[in-house]
Amino acid sequence: MTGVSTATVQEAPVTVAPARFMDRQRRLGVGVTLIGLVAAILFGALAPSQTARFTLSEDAQGAALSINGQFGAILFGVIAIAAGAVLLAGLLRRYQTTILVLGILAFVLSFLCWQVAGKFLPLVDTVSGSLELAVPLILGALAGVLGERSGVVNVAIEGQFLMGAFFAALVGTMATSVWAGLFSAALGGVLIAAILAVLAIRFLVDQVVVGIVLNLLALGITGFLYERLMQPDAQSYNEPPKMPEWRIPGLADIPVVGPVLFDTNLLVWLALILVFALHFGLTRSRWGLRTRAVGEHPTAADTVGIRVRGLRYLNVLIGGVIAGAGGAYFTLVSTGSFNKNMTAGAGFIALAALIFGRWTPFGALGAALFFGFAQKLATYLSVAGSPVPSQFLNMLPYLATIVAVAGLVGRVRGPAAAGQPYVKS
Amino acid sequence: MSTDGPVDAPVAEAAPPPPAAPPKEESDSFLSHFLHNLWAANTVTVTLLSIVLAAIVGAVLIVLSDPAVLDTFSYITARPSDAFTSSWTVVSNAYADLFKGAIVDPSTITAWANGSGTWRQVFFPISETLTYAAPLVFTGLSVALAFRGGLFNIGGQGQAIIGTITAGLAGFLLPLPPVIHLIAALAAGALGGMLWGFVPGILKARTGAHEVIVTIMLNYTANLFLSWLILQKGIQQPGRSDAISKTVDSSATLPSFGGELRANLGIVLAVLATAGVAWLLNRSAFGFELRAVGANPPAARTAGMSVAKTYTLLMMTAGGLAGLGGATQVLGTAHALTTQVAGNIGFDGLLVALLGRNRPWGTLAAALLFGALRAGGNRMQSYSGISLELVTVLQALIVIFIAAPALVKTIFHLRAARTARLGASMAKGW
Repeated sequence: MTGVSTATVQEAPVTVAPARFMDRQRRLGVGVTLIGLVAAILFGALAPSQTARFTLSEDAQGAALSINGQFGAILFGVIAIAAGAVLLAGLLRRYQTTILVLGILAFVLSFLCWQVAGKFLPLVDTVSGSLELAVPLILGALAGVLGERSGVVNVAIEGQFLMGAFFAALVGTMATSVWAGLFSAALGGVLIAAILAVLAIRFLVDQVVVGIVLNLLALGITGFLYERLMQPDAQSYNEPPKMPEWRIPGLADIPVVGPVLFDTNLLVWLALILVFALHFGLTRSRWGLRTRAVGEHPTAADTVGIRVRGLRYLNVLIGGVIAGAGGAYFTLVSTGSFNKNMTAGAGFIALAALIFGRWTPFGALGAALFFGFAQKLATYLSVAGSPVPSQFLNMLPYLATIVAVAGLVGRVRGPAAAGQPYVKS
Repeated sequence: MSTDGPVDAPVAEAAPPPPAAPPKEESDSFLSHFLHNLWAANTVTVTLLSIVLAAIVGAVLIVLSDPAVLDTFSYITARPSDAFTSSWTVVSNAYADLFKGAIVDPSTITAWANGSGTWRQVFFPISETLTYAAPLVFTGLSVALAFRGGLFNIGGQGQAIIGTITAGLAGFLLPLPPVIHLIAALAAGALGGMLWGFVPGILKARTGAHEVIVTIMLNYTANLFLSWLILQKGIQQPGRSDAISKTVDSSATLPSFGGELRANLGIVLAVLATAGVAWLLNRSAFGFELRAVGANPPAARTAGMSVAKTYTLLMMTAGGLAGLGGATQVLGTAHALTTQVAGNIGFDGLLVALLGRNRPWGTLAAALLFGALRAGGNRMQSYSGISLELVTVLQALIVIFIAAPALVKTIFHLRAARTARLGASMAKGW
């Protein structure tokens, strides 16, 4: 079971099952070969034989990577088929994940060659746009990782986003300070997290139920206060200052990566740093070991003297801070003002990223970037007048998650005790 | 083991009868028993107190968000009466409008009596309540039924959306005579919902994929599909550039009282569906199986029931109910597909089922309450200027308190109820 860093209790019987010929790698191989065939034949046939330009800037200017659209679509399709064939033949088992990623990447590139042929795709704009869409997803998914790895299912990420976004706009405007806004966004997230924690841990209410209801509560409260306060008097309640962008001299001049990573705002860095911090915290620190123990087998953890409920409270509340900051991104960075139900399901995409990323920080990062890219691509394609409807690209995160949990591409399993309240006996 | 035999004891335990009628003890008179249980944490008391608590929090929100009232609090030590009277006025006006918009407005009765009004105006609030309640009954039943089988159907929203799509398509694409057209459109809605419920059901049965995750994802998928579909040629209303479909043929709409009374056949169907689900749960072989699977899947498997088959059928039935909810929405009130045609009926249905304790008739009552809140909220918005969102807050708060009976019990120092197991926890992981 590569990729799953937790050894859950249920996994044991799965791994001892007798090896069938059509094992996971071969099934993956079939899938990758099929999408490769689609890419080479369908995309190759549809792509016009014109140059596709991937410019290294935010517009059509400057240096560009150019390739003939039809040739590129077929070439990358063939690469995907090759990757599928390697998997299917049962070769290079050690590099299974790398080859899988390579195959999917080739498929995406083939698709892009088809779509961009005769046009241009500004790489910097695409990458930074994907990252911008991904940042709240990363933060939300990390909040989920914290909660679920310690055994509390957090479906209320959407509600935490909304509260964070709302309080960032409200307090940010009233104090005319971005940092006051960011701080109160974290408080807003913690508020929802605290209700979730108390109801789930102290009052043993079903965690999914609480999460769903808290989403509606947050939707109602922010919508209500928006109509009562912000709509009549936007100037004094709903015009927060925007978060400044900081440019790191030198590093910002690297092509593509520079402007994306080193000429941006604090929240982007915060999200990326948190991914590393949480990864090492969870796998290398005493707190992480205890968190995982509490999430997998709370009774055992309790027996060796770990305070199960205390640790769960702590982690859910820290998750609230992170998700609240993620909510601030919507008002302080993306749009500059709050609007009713402005997160529009982003919390659930974050949940999808958490599950698709197999409950790990780096997995969540990868999934969030992938979902962000899909969304960015959807807007690019609808602007470019592509025949592929943007709605179907926007479905991608959801469908990918269903495929993942259905075990069609390897089984994903959450922490064993996620969702189960712990009652000390 | 015969599956269509009488209900066995273990299953009956998992679904205790409503504790509203406490078991009589011989030494107690009924009255003393009633008084004893009045302040105990039984279902009725907890439900009523939850509504009271939610109303109090709502009142605080109303006061906090009214700048004029807040100003009076700035000199509360000098003249406390100002602050209290102004708070009382704004809150009582809001809640009075909520009542008048949901049940009856006394002024319309007097107007009818002295001939200046019509009976339609008297029944308008009730009609609105029933109109809003009808789809919620279906989506609520969908969630409640799945709950009893041990599945958490968060996909009511997606199933209802697909139901609106298929019912709407059948409504304006099929050329059929009046009654048959309506039946066909309703059936189409149910089938659409069934299809959308089949996916998480079969995935749960075959691969163990958690239905909560799959249904959440399918909700958004359905929404995106709808927003794509209504812009397609042949679906979109000709001559319109915005996202709205053609109008459902009049032969496929649910008949209503006409005029401002929007209440339609949907609420009658909803009551019939409630009776049907109650029969299915308590009297049918499938109901017995699904309750057994819900109570203890391994035991049900040992007894020879197919858990996988039950899960799949259960999710299809639940999906069909939610799809019918969507169908009543588009055939009863909306008459055309828009991106918001299903509103929030799926998620509201979830709250309705929780409030109704996952029992069919309880769900019906809860849906009526939510419909009343929604209808009253409209009036509150237009008369008192209080945002309709307050209703969402009230609904969420009521359910939070219901779901955490221990919290209500702590706040009001209630006695422990004799019938334990309030708000049967379904806690389980992914």
